[in-house]
Amino acid sequence: MPTLKIDGLDVTVEPGTTVLEAAQFLGLEIPTLCHMDGLEPYGGCRLCLVEVGSGDKSRLVTSCTYPAEDGLTVRTNSKRVLRSRKMMVELLLSVCPSSRTIQDLASLMGVQKVRFKTRNDDCILCGRCVRMCKEQMDAGAIGFVNRGHKRKITTPFNMKSEVCRTCGGCIYVCPACNLRCQGPNAPGDVCGSCLSLQPTCTERFDDYMCYLGPTGNCGTCIKKEEN
Amino acid sequence: MKKLLPSANNHKPPNSKFKTIVDRYSAKREKLISMLHDIQEEFRYLPEESLRSLSNELSVPLIKIYGIATFYKSFRLKRPGRHMLTVCLGTACHVRGGPRIADEISRVLDVKPGETTKDGEYSLETVNCLGCCAIGPVLVMDGKIFGQITTKSVKNILKQTDKDRNKKEGVAG
Repeated sequence: MPTLKIDGLDVTVEPGTTVLEAAQFLGLEIPTLCHMDGLEPYGGCRLCLVEVGSGDKSRLVTSCTYPAEDGLTVRTNSKRVLRSRKMMVELLLSVCPSSRTIQDLASLMGVQKVRFKTRNDDCILCGRCVRMCKEQMDAGAIGFVNRGHKRKITTPFNMKSEVCRTCGGCIYVCPACNLRCQGPNAPGDVCGSCLSLQPTCTERFDDYMCYLGPTGNCGTCIKKEEN
Repeated sequence: MKKLLPSANNHKPPNSKFKTIVDRYSAKREKLISMLHDIQEEFRYLPEESLRSLSNELSVPLIKIYGIATFYKSFRLKRPGRHMLTVCLGTACHVRGGPRIADEISRVLDVKPGETTKDGEYSLETVNCLGCCAIGPVLVMDGKIFGQITTKSVKNILKQTDKDRNKKEGVAG
């Protein structure tokens, strides 16, 4: 039974557990995107980066694929980890600026703007759909083809696959092709206002509350009243 | 007994050449890439049908095989022309005018890199180094290496190939 130290807390886990699972067992939050319960770990989005080891020998690893070893020291919220995660989410956002999942992650990490050229793709190659199709649906109809900047997810020979049952599982798990928040911001903007916890609707209207959360910062409700 | 449901993978029976290749590796899935190489050697490209049959024989999802075939540049999924023209665009060949050679062939044969002429005679492809930088710019045609190529000699090589072919066909006819 490996015993490891995560953020100063000792935890003993079953052999074969990943660092991510151990951290989640302790209630520590690590942002994830390509990880999904029930699917094989992939380690593609690099959002679950944690710092393993101490001093000069510490390095960044993806917690979703790293096995919990005996005597491991893990830091999930060090300066280096936070900086790297911020960069990763900024890069993801530049590929897929209109995905709500990525926008939410960006707001969570305090990313306010994207310094890179936005591409407006609808895929971040996280491989969730590929694993879903193979592992849960037992079909294996889609997968990665080509490589480098031409890499994409498609069916064999770009034709309708014979093994696809159009179950829709791939679309269900996709974090990139969901719609962005329908706030007042222009597409591609990172507003992040849903995550600041200051309700403004109640200041303006006595009992006007957003059903999505405690806030009304997005401004859609205010606009409606003015019209 | 009569089969009630048609098989999900209803393909043409694989031909004997294909069968020998699969048997050579005793239909082991870890020998997949070797099989693909042998299939390409036999048919000069990877026909869609052979990939489908391979997926059947090895019980590997077709997308996995297709993914491998598209991942490696040495695998071709389209039927190449009778003659394969490979122009080197590596650094040494590049500075010595490799791109000009590629452009010249494109212009003369009306074919873009990675494509085949309409009559199916020539295929043009570009590579990033052939390892013989000293004789650059390099052109490889059907495995034969031509060094220190100029736009003029390209025309001569193509003319010579056409002449040889006509001669051969003349003898055959």
